[in-house]
Amino acid sequence: MSTKTQPATRTLNLVQAVNEALDLALEQDPRVLVFGEDVGRMGGVFRATDNLQAKHGEHRVFDTPLAESGIVGFGIGLALAGLRPVAEIQFAGFLYPALDQILSHLGRMRHRTRGRYSIPMVIRAPYGGGVHTPEQHADSPEAILAHVPGVKVVIPSSPERAKGLLLAAIEDPDPVFFLEAIKLYRSVKAEVPQGYYTLPLGKARVVREGQDASLFCYGGMVEVCLKAAEVAAREGVALEVVDLETLVPLDTQTIVESVAKTGRAVVVYEAMRTQGFGAEVAARLAEEAVDYLEAPVVRVAGWDAPYPPFSAVEHHYRPDARRVLEAVRHVLTY
Amino acid sequence: MEIIRFLDDNGKPLKDPPFEAEELIEGYKALRRARFFDEKALILQRQGKLGVFPPIRGQEAAQVGATLALRPTDWAVPSYRESGVALTHGLPLTHLILYWRAHPAGWRFPDEVRLLPFYIPIATQIPQAVGLAHAAQYHGEDWVVAVFIGDGGTSEGDFHEGLNFASVFNAPVLFVVQNNGWAISVPTSRQMKVPHVALRAQGYGIPGVVVDGNDLIAVWHTAREAAHRARNGEGPTLIEAMTYRIAPHTTSDDPKRYRDEKEAEAWLRKEPVKRMQNALKHLGLWDEERERALLEELEAEFQAALEEADRTPEPEPWEIVEHVYAERTPDLDRAWKALGGPA
Repeated sequence: MSTKTQPATRTLNLVQAVNEALDLALEQDPRVLVFGEDVGRMGGVFRATDNLQAKHGEHRVFDTPLAESGIVGFGIGLALAGLRPVAEIQFAGFLYPALDQILSHLGRMRHRTRGRYSIPMVIRAPYGGGVHTPEQHADSPEAILAHVPGVKVVIPSSPERAKGLLLAAIEDPDPVFFLEAIKLYRSVKAEVPQGYYTLPLGKARVVREGQDASLFCYGGMVEVCLKAAEVAAREGVALEVVDLETLVPLDTQTIVESVAKTGRAVVVYEAMRTQGFGAEVAARLAEEAVDYLEAPVVRVAGWDAPYPPFSAVEHHYRPDARRVLEAVRHVLTY
Repeated sequence: MEIIRFLDDNGKPLKDPPFEAEELIEGYKALRRARFFDEKALILQRQGKLGVFPPIRGQEAAQVGATLALRPTDWAVPSYRESGVALTHGLPLTHLILYWRAHPAGWRFPDEVRLLPFYIPIATQIPQAVGLAHAAQYHGEDWVVAVFIGDGGTSEGDFHEGLNFASVFNAPVLFVVQNNGWAISVPTSRQMKVPHVALRAQGYGIPGVVVDGNDLIAVWHTAREAAHRARNGEGPTLIEAMTYRIAPHTTSDDPKRYRDEKEAEAWLRKEPVKRMQNALKHLGLWDEERERALLEELEAEFQAALEEADRTPEPEPWEIVEHVYAERTPDLDRAWKALGGPA
């Protein structure tokens, strides 16, 4: 964005930013179709598609039968015929019935047709905990999705980023998973530029600069890490917070550059710890940044258990600033 | 359920075929061509010049008949066994040979052929075919989609999700189930308790028909009617073609382990190629001399395609990481270099 002509902005929360992006995409490109369960009249379980059917018509924004594999497969078919499907899955934890479509075709179609067909499809799904949802509604399956060749995985952490990244995802010629942290939907409000704009996929960004240790995070954990950095600052510790934003393709360069500066790394994610996406970040640091590291890379993550449906204790599962700061102390005093 | 037939087991017409003489001859040629490919492919496979390959022997009429009902603007969405569909819908023979050699040059079908690649996972193509068909409605165009599956595939969830989507969206789709009796070693009786897959259509509120899958004319006519209905906005049809997989599931499978070969022999007596040839003879449209000429033509075509396939250079290692994304990511760029890809 140009710094000379400041575009007009409005205060929006993340779900409103997503809604605005979908609205603009539908307006701009007649190939864009928005569909899923309850996205029409109801406007989505989180209201992300609110009013879109009324504005763009039932042929552009429509409800499907309740069948996730059907929804993803149907979207692949639409994309094969030159359309730009944007499917909503009500919760990322409901993506599992569609994993065969995702693994066998969504991510593989370009490769298995040697470039004849691409699937420029976006699958949006809310993910993560922190808002006391029922069982199976709080999963963070980003590492499962990141392990699928041929797809991209994008997780915004603010309304302004969500809008620009979603529009970029819809424009992208390859399939993109766009995971939206449920916790951030209404809790974070920010100034969002009016009109159509895109932000580049595949870039991590430093959201807070610091010299003492790097916190790598994304989505709902960015807020947690910024809070931890705030507390640490009061104790004179300067933490750098890096929002990975696009998990696939991953911006390794920004990650390595940050550790080259700080020498210490904590990776924060709310999925279960083992084989979570943070393990990939730690592995890359081991491969490419070992010379800069003053301490082992530490992961702060969910426990190796299903996300607890017991709301009284879920905050013990989901990483918080306290656990992040414990990890920071460990890497600083190692 | 009534089984639609135009020919008796020996190919004698039971009623006047609803096709012109020239059409019937062209239809037979397409059928014979599919059989010819199958015979040749089997020899190549045994010689080690083709990879593992799923033979179509016995199912040619179900595949070719349904595909003959399509226009070039219609889409065919095949399962892995559908060599007859691919050839009839315009896939060049060279591509088909290279495909089964797992050569990348064979995996990119020509742009003008509206054929999706063979689907290895079972029934996953069904919801996709419905999405493709819905796109025709969205564009306001009149092409239809024919999607092919075996009886085993109808046990998969995607089959049911796809039929339901097609029904709800009134999508212009032909679901062509080749009920060939077996899903590798498991008989149809272990796939379903209903006597016919076509009965499933009732549950989705769409028409379901059963056709003699070894009767080219019956399959062709039935599919043509269904395509006509779909084009007119009357929605999908489930067509169950009763046939038999005379050959093994693939060239690496031995059906003697699980089935009585007398069953296969019984079906061999009503196999579709001889049956259609007899039908043409009954109608005075075919004789041995024409058959000889056709086989010579097919031989020449096959040899030319095989030579072209043999001349195709081996793939390069870096082709492994081509076409993963529209643009190479930094990680794939590294892989590209590691595999010796040109700068």
